[in-house]
Amino acid sequence: MLAIQGITQVFGGLTALDDVTFTINRNDITGVIGPNGAGKTTLFNIISGIYTPTTGTISLDGRNITKFPPERLAAFGMVRTFQNIELFGQMTVLENVMVGLHTKSRCGIISCAFKMPWHLHEERRIRETAHTWLRFCGIDELADTTAANLPFGKGRLLEIARALALEPQIIFMDEPAAGLNSRETMGLADLIRKIRDRGITVVLVEHDMELVMDVCDRILVLNLGKKLAEGTPREIQENPAVIAAYLGEG
Amino acid sequence: MNLSDQLIQFLLSGFATGSIYALIGLGFSIIYNATGIINFAQGEFVMLGGMVTVFFLTSLHIPLPAAILGAVAITTFVGLLFERLAIRPIRKATPINLVIITIGGSILIRGLAMLIWGKDTHAIPGFSGEEPIMIGNASLLPQHLWIFGMTTLAIIASKVFFNYTISGKAMRACAFNPRAASLIGIDVKRMVLFSFVISSAMGSVAGFIIAPLTMTSYDVGIMLGLKGFCAAIIGGMSSGLGTVLGGIILGVLESLGAGLISSGYKDAVAFIILLLILFIRPQGIFKRAESERV
Amino acid sequence: MKRELVKYLLLVAAAVSMPYFFSDGYMMNVLVFVGINTMLAVALNLLLGFAGQISLGHAGFFGLGAYISGVLTATHQVNPWLAMLIAAIAVSFLAFLIGFPILKLKGHYLAMATLGLGIIIYIVFNEAVDITGGPSGLSGIPNLALGSLVFDNDVKNYCLVWTFTIVTILLAVNLAHSRIGRALRAIHDSEVAARVMGVNVRLLKVQIFALSAFISAVAGSLYAHVMTFAAPASFGFHFSVELVTMVIIGGLGSIYGSLFGATLLTLLPELLRTFQDYDIIIYGLILILVTMFMPGGLVQGIPSLLGALLPKKKEGRG
Ligand SMILES: Nc1ncnc2c1ncn2[C@@H]1O[C@H](COP(=O)(O)OP(=O)(O)O)[C@@H](O)[C@H]1O
Ligand SMILES: [Mg+2]
Repeated sequence: MLAIQGITQVFGGLTALDDVTFTINRNDITGVIGPNGAGKTTLFNIISGIYTPTTGTISLDGRNITKFPPERLAAFGMVRTFQNIELFGQMTVLENVMVGLHTKSRCGIISCAFKMPWHLHEERRIRETAHTWLRFCGIDELADTTAANLPFGKGRLLEIARALALEPQIIFMDEPAAGLNSRETMGLADLIRKIRDRGITVVLVEHDMELVMDVCDRILVLNLGKKLAEGTPREIQENPAVIAAYLGEG
Repeated sequence: MNLSDQLIQFLLSGFATGSIYALIGLGFSIIYNATGIINFAQGEFVMLGGMVTVFFLTSLHIPLPAAILGAVAITTFVGLLFERLAIRPIRKATPINLVIITIGGSILIRGLAMLIWGKDTHAIPGFSGEEPIMIGNASLLPQHLWIFGMTTLAIIASKVFFNYTISGKAMRACAFNPRAASLIGIDVKRMVLFSFVISSAMGSVAGFIIAPLTMTSYDVGIMLGLKGFCAAIIGGMSSGLGTVLGGIILGVLESLGAGLISSGYKDAVAFIILLLILFIRPQGIFKRAESERV
Repeated sequence: MKRELVKYLLLVAAAVSMPYFFSDGYMMNVLVFVGINTMLAVALNLLLGFAGQISLGHAGFFGLGAYISGVLTATHQVNPWLAMLIAAIAVSFLAFLIGFPILKLKGHYLAMATLGLGIIIYIVFNEAVDITGGPSGLSGIPNLALGSLVFDNDVKNYCLVWTFTIVTILLAVNLAHSRIGRALRAIHDSEVAARVMGVNVRLLKVQIFALSAFISAVAGSLYAHVMTFAAPASFGFHFSVELVTMVIIGGLGSIYGSLFGATLLTLLPELLRTFQDYDIIIYGLILILVTMFMPGGLVQGIPSLLGALLPKKKEGRG
């Protein structure tokens, strides 16, 4: 569904991504792995419209979306989470998810300011839907907590809940297990499968190999900005180039 | 005077005020490069340079050279205090907080100046008399030469400082990457303090050399500060030649605008240029857009 | 929601009862300015407190509202209500247009650009003497009137201005508790995440800038018709800073806080007559101290400051 074609990203003199080509299949869980600085986050930034690549194209179901800004991609059902959690810190957990429903509501400044009847109706619907997503991610009891005060693991879950509220067709997660303990990581694996079972395509960057090998259908390996390998978890585990890169690193 | 003589006259006086803007602009960019802060109180250092000189001269009857030295010392001390009391203790250094705090500092300094010295405008006699020097049909005051001289001196001094002294190099390292700088043992906090000290000293120089030309009062800091900022923006916030050229461009345009269009709108020229640059080329007119992101 | 309603009703009750408490014209007159400043502070707070975008040029929008309304009525005999409407629409349209390039800027640069914009407007007030009357001001602006009811004394003006103030507060509170208010606060906390959530950050910032300018222009128009006079000195850089101070004192993002900030800063100079021009020293101190030590403004800051001080004393004794 999502085709990444010859993506190159140059920052000043540094080539963060070098001619990366890859395809993400609908309803797969795809993993992107690679050592630190391999360019995984940069790839996500490009796909989610935060950077425009130096060269190359991204297309979604045949439509060229390379230059689309994030807010436009959101309307196409593409959403992401962040490696360094980007919550709306001063807002409550519930409100964070309600912002995720922004594209699912219509009222403009005037009808909000004058509290038109349809605005009240919409507001109620947003609130209820937001609770549904909090329940889905298992953090509904924290609805009224200020997001900045959340423990780290819950913050990661909130980012996922907020992203799901858009009802995306594809979600990108940047290191969702980083900083989680092993019990939380297991919960996360279940959640990721549950998300896929709703028909959402999942792409995740992750360092936790156990998790990646466990949940992913296909894996892309990046190293120093280049595509090193792609394939099923099994193929990747047996790929000599990947083994060399990881051993070389360690 | 015919038109070409007039033009030369405008260019000369534009060059002189432009040099002042350049000095003030350098103050902005030095702090900006060391800390990422645009110091809204920069103009007040300029005001202090002029007003303290006036005070020493007229109230205490101290001879000019000593008065000037005293003014620079006091202004620098105020800059140091400002960093210590208002900048260093900030816990949440978001841009908005920094803007608000430096604005608070600027109106506080201005208010205190008004409290101490009143609202009158003061003049300082020219350092070398008021006898105009003729260049063709255009005339120049000796004070203009002082301005050129002092500005050149200040620029050379800062060039030497940043390129050849340990502290200067350390400050450049901080600007480049504060975390890396602190990892290799540079005291980043001291460098921030340093940048305030240098900028306030530089501002005070601008303040006392321009005072004989334009008079001075407690409230000259806003306009001079903003124009210095404009110079720095034109120059892309460089702490070198860019800002100097920026100041001169601004000074000349302003003087041409005042002479050829309308003197009432003279001050607006600077702000229109400022907005245009910010809208069209926020990286300044000499830099390429990308070079910043490494 | 219930609590919001109670707060609002209390405010309305307080506003309605003021004329019974203060029968003398002086206090009514001061309260007229409290009302106008509250509108301005609320307008600025929508931008600064909610969206996190600073403006140091709001006095300019206020002044444009006053002058457009003033010139249309005093020089061109336009109906004052119509003039108010024209002023508000024209100023918000201007803000909308200039909003696109100006709100691309962030932080310090945005502050400088809005400051520059405010000063350009101020210079025009001074220099376009044929239209504005220059530094000595524009006089002969008529009062507003409803049929035979002319708003020409302090109590009537109070009722006029506070009707607008109360409505402004209501609209702002509504907006704050809506998807727009949440989107604005989201921009404040993380612009990139807001965009990923589908918020059109650029457009929304510009819209709120225009709305803020609209309210400021209405306040300016009211000011002109209440004073029947307008001079550039009321619309300079200092007043922009004063507005920011009101918002900061009341707390960023708190609508009732802005009411408090505007009230305090309007009454303060009245109470401290001896200070006259020196009030800027106090503003400077307030800006620095509140920003450093009370990020939520005075309303939240003083109780929490006391809270932080008291236990320490106990420890000292024990
Ligand atoms: N905005 C940027 N400007 C300059 N360099 C960047 C930028 N973003 C990432 N890089 C560089 O690109 C490389 C890849 O980074 P990143 O994609 O974050 O790696 P990963 O997520 O795989 O650890 C790194 O060397 C990083 O320093
Ligand atoms: Mg990364």
